[in-house]
Amino acid sequence: MFAAALIVFRESLEASLIISIMTAATRGIPSRGRWLVSGVLAGLVGATLVASSMEAISNWASGMGQELFNAAILTLAVGMLAWHNIWMSIHGREMAAQALNTAREINSGTRERSVIFIVVALAVLREGSETVLFLYGLASSSADGLRATISGGSSGLAAGLVVGGLLYAGLLRIPLRWFFSITGVLVLLLAASMAAQAARFLVQADLLPSLGAPLWDTSDVLSQTSALGTLLHGLMGYDAQPSGTQVLFYVVVLIAIAIGMRWTSSRVAHRTPHVALADSIATAKQS
Amino acid sequence: MKRIPIVVLLSLLSTAAFAAGDEFTLVIKDHAFEPKEITIPAGKKVKLLVVNKDATPAEFESKPLSREKVIPGKSTGTVNLGPLKAGRYAFVEEYHENEAAAQGTIIVE
Repeated sequence: MFAAALIVFRESLEASLIISIMTAATRGIPSRGRWLVSGVLAGLVGATLVASSMEAISNWASGMGQELFNAAILTLAVGMLAWHNIWMSIHGREMAAQALNTAREINSGTRERSVIFIVVALAVLREGSETVLFLYGLASSSADGLRATISGGSSGLAAGLVVGGLLYAGLLRIPLRWFFSITGVLVLLLAASMAAQAARFLVQADLLPSLGAPLWDTSDVLSQTSALGTLLHGLMGYDAQPSGTQVLFYVVVLIAIAIGMRWTSSRVAHRTPHVALADSIATAKQS
Repeated sequence: MKRIPIVVLLSLLSTAAFAAGDEFTLVIKDHAFEPKEITIPAGKKVKLLVVNKDATPAEFESKPLSREKVIPGKSTGTVNLGPLKAGRYAFVEEYHENEAAAQGTIIVE
């Protein structure tokens, strides 16, 4: 039972950390709670569907279906996180000002809400499908399998949710002034980490070269299966033995999103009132 | 013109021979790996066919190899490996990773 709980804990931890960070990062957006919950539910339904059609998925693309499927889901999630962060670099300041005043609707919050929904659903789907397969195997393989499945599964899940909850509670203690900058960095690291994971699957599918496998090995210093290693893997994609391609994807996505954020926020910053006024006068003159 | 089919045939044959030599089979039965150690050549790509004879799904996982693949029950999954440096690379069947039978090693030399 303990072994079952540990496996479910590890799988649910990653999704739980992603949900906490997204919940914190979208603080102040009206009715985000409802979108989060629907994201989790959609993810669970998706995980069950993926688990039950794993054989069909595996057989796609001459046996490389799982790799492509995982890479596609991760890439979609990276795109969503990038969009979120760039959007936040425009609206972060007004959100910080309004975070405690949720009554005021923020423009284009609707699209931001669908980002929460998609990211959460994808995280639950990906981590959940493996857990569903594991629990299914456990439930059907031994005499008291069902009992072990329910007790192991629920305690592992509960532990995963507790760690996610602690992270969220910790994030909420950050002063509002720095809050969105810090959640922005966390989302940025999540995106880079997911890009590296997508790269790993593309290398595994033999669509990309590994460019050094592994590029380095820090498993003696910090094993990825240790508690800290697992946590750092979930938070920022720590990998003790990454391939060169994984590192390349990580760094490129990190820099690309950071530049996108810097660029949009500097454009917003330059549009100070008098510039905006000059702009509107110019537009008025032209017409 | 006559030579082309022969060349094609020869290259097909050589590809087939090449592919066969670069495939290794790992069987999972009763959540246990057979064999527990597989030796593969260094510096080249090989395919590892993981045959799951159990009715329940298994997950081939190796952190040192950066590989992770679900093998549904009663099916075979292909895991691409390499090119690798000489050494020992551990792998597990993740759903039973604490059991010694579900742990194995790829030896690259």
